[in-house]
Amino acid sequence: MGETTVLAVEPKQSELMKKIKDLLPEGGNLNMCLACGACSSGCPATGMEGMDPRKFVRLALLGQEEVLRSTPWVWMCTMCRRCIHACPMGVDIPQLVYLCRQTWAREDRPKGILGSCEQALNTPGNSAMGASSEDFKFVVEDVLEEVREGQPGQENLVAPIDKQGAYYFLNQNSREPVTEPDEMVPLWKILSLVGADWTYGTKGWAAENYCMFLADDDAWETVVRNKAKAVEDLGCKVWLNTE
Amino acid sequence: MYARWIREGKLPVNSDWNKDLGVTFTVQDPCQLVRKSLGNPVAEDLRFVVRSVVGDDNFIDMWPNKSNNYCCGGGGGFLQSGYSDERRAYGRIKLDQILHTKADYCIAPCHNCHSQIHDLSEHSGANFPVVHLWTLICLSLGILGENEREYLGDDLKEVGL
Ligand code: SF4
Ligand code: SF4
Repeated sequence: MGETTVLAVEPKQSELMKKIKDLLPEGGNLNMCLACGACSSGCPATGMEGMDPRKFVRLALLGQEEVLRSTPWVWMCTMCRRCIHACPMGVDIPQLVYLCRQTWAREDRPKGILGSCEQALNTPGNSAMGASSEDFKFVVEDVLEEVREGQPGQENLVAPIDKQGAYYFLNQNSREPVTEPDEMVPLWKILSLVGADWTYGTKGWAAENYCMFLADDDAWETVVRNKAKAVEDLGCKVWLNTE
Repeated sequence: MYARWIREGKLPVNSDWNKDLGVTFTVQDPCQLVRKSLGNPVAEDLRFVVRSVVGDDNFIDMWPNKSNNYCCGGGGGFLQSGYSDERRAYGRIKLDQILHTKADYCIAPCHNCHSQIHDLSEHSGANFPVVHLWTLICLSLGILGENEREYLGDDLKEVGL
């Protein structure tokens, strides 16, 4: 085979195009797109950056890789899956968006998402706000004490941390302990009232996972594994993600 | 889960607190919870909980809703992406949907949705309060503390204290 031939087909065989083709068996069949526009008419991101979901699918079909790889629109699609819900052919546009996010050089991806993922990787609690487990523990205990002392009827309220064998392992979004700790209390009260056996953990306690939005599979997996391990190590049965 | 606890009688919520006040609520179906995982049954449970807590007559649904609901625009990392203008433009549909219900409050049972809708409300000047479900459950049970009312409007700041 002459070198020119190889070069000629190269764009279609790039990793992105290969992955896009791999979408086919999962029902993400781009070829089945009827160009009906049902996806675009119900997508809040339609029109941004001159893009919409239907156009995005057509560009993929046409192998317009340059556009797919460079449009910031992939960061404006929330991967809410409303389009696929509406699509008569079940074309998986959010998955396509995810693959295109992956083609961005890591340092070019939105800084806020990147930073949140990095923070999560760097803290044992996987907190996207970089909150340490010691601080988390301190805040929880501090708030709990205040409620117990200050609110009649709540003397026996609990907020266990690292309680071995508890039934529920409760995640906590970092925003509360960091910026509005009192907002954690209502859920504690509800859990107490129903007699739920639950615990927070000093490891893997943060509910958020921005590595997924960053489209960084390895980092995402690292975070998820760390959280799953935290649940297992405490012998908890159910992993409870809050509201 | 809240729904199960209410049905089992473990969470004795009621809407008496809102009988005379008649404060109205609508609710956001989080994509993550409804369309992307548990589907319409969980959306029904969510409505059961909301109706139990705020009263049947005080709940106004958005349209479209449940699995066909519009995303608020806070998902997929949009909140952290730095594209704030685009994020708010995306949320315009959600904002209009909420305003159309004329409800006094919007309940957002997801962190992302809460942050996004709260921002939409403030930024647009509509200034309707956006609350977590746990806040209302505790309010209804008469166990909501004074410092746990950050997201309640002035009309409810004192209720059940
Ligand atoms: S709804 Fe489906 S078939 Fe219709 S244009 Fe969009 S992707 Fe194509
Ligand atoms: S998943 Fe993306 S493309 Fe599809 S409707 Fe949602 S925002 Fe639009």
